[in-house]
Amino acid sequence: MARKPPAEIKVDTFADHQVISQPNPLRKMVRYSEEKNIDDPVARAEKALAGLSGEFEDWMRIECERLSNAHAAIQREGLNTENREELFRAAHDIKGDAATFGYPTAAAAAESLCRIIEHAPDFAQVPDELIVHHVNAIQAIYREQSRIEAAGMADELSKKLRGVADEYLIHVNRDRPEHLEAIMSPSIVPEG
Amino acid sequence: MRHLGLRMFIIDFNKLRFLVCDDNAHMRRILRTLLHSFGAREVYESEDGATALEMYSHYVPDIVITDWSMPIFDGLELAQMIRQPDGAGNPYAPIIMLTGHSEKRRVMVARDAGVTEFLAKPISAKGLYQRILNVVANPRPFIKTKNYFGPDRRRNTNAAYIGVERRTGGNAEVVQQPSLLDKARSGN
Repeated sequence: MARKPPAEIKVDTFADHQVISQPNPLRKMVRYSEEKNIDDPVARAEKALAGLSGEFEDWMRIECERLSNAHAAIQREGLNTENREELFRAAHDIKGDAATFGYPTAAAAAESLCRIIEHAPDFAQVPDELIVHHVNAIQAIYREQSRIEAAGMADELSKKLRGVADEYLIHVNRDRPEHLEAIMSPSIVPEG
Repeated sequence: MRHLGLRMFIIDFNKLRFLVCDDNAHMRRILRTLLHSFGAREVYESEDGATALEMYSHYVPDIVITDWSMPIFDGLELAQMIRQPDGAGNPYAPIIMLTGHSEKRRVMVARDAGVTEFLAKPISAKGLYQRILNVVANPRPFIKTKNYFGPDRRRNTNAAYIGVERRTGGNAEVVQQPSLLDKARSGN
């Protein structure tokens, strides 16, 4: 599996840093063409993704079950590091995946839950109903999607949850400026 | 594929070797589907950072695409392990971090670990393609300091910058790697 070692590396040394450059090792992977009507790889990939979409509902069901199980484990066992992290990862995956699966408002509610887990100074002190409402809302958006999306309720629900969560986080972090900044600052990563 | 007048800039995906690391099986399936649709043949997958690091040494991928949030050994640690200038493996491979974390503080931490590009979830075919195009066609030089090794974190020269020059010992001259996009535009 080994490939050729990288091409010759040029190092310019300065007092406190080095600048290292090498001929682009991926150069041979690129070519130019003047042909017309070349198949567009992005369009091809979007089509392939659309071909997977028949599985998205089932994948979303699995992600929701995982979230529900993680929350049930906390209620059953009491809060510990493992079940807290599992709740965060389950919510974080829904935050990242749900929009791709066709449930953008569930992703928004999951993001709100992630923010609570990440920024609450003491997760054990977070009111249980705040967590329960988020978990239940994500489940409801999944189960009742066609009905509540059509009525605009899912968007309203996720925005309301985010509002309540932000209000709580701003209050409990009033003496933690670094968290307040993180809570209130917008994303700086370009959208996918 | 990028259109440059009548010329088209095309990546031969079938020559590129990818390593994908994500603990979520659904996301791995989506990434694999997108990469294969672009034309990639060699896509290796790992569900955790430790296995990804082993696969990185074994398969020597051209490009690494990793999630950030994974149990035990996450994408950030994977980037830090790859960016070992004196290690046995190739420390220069482009690392695209696919992440749901988009706060400034998080992004700075990942950038300082040597991540080359970010791609925020939800993923799109266009976003992934653009990041790959960027790392293939516009590689940045690497900078090594006492506490950093990775792609140059200064993507652009800011003529309006009026703060202290933090790189000392010279005029911080940066030797750019040739940009294939620029070459294509010039027609050479």
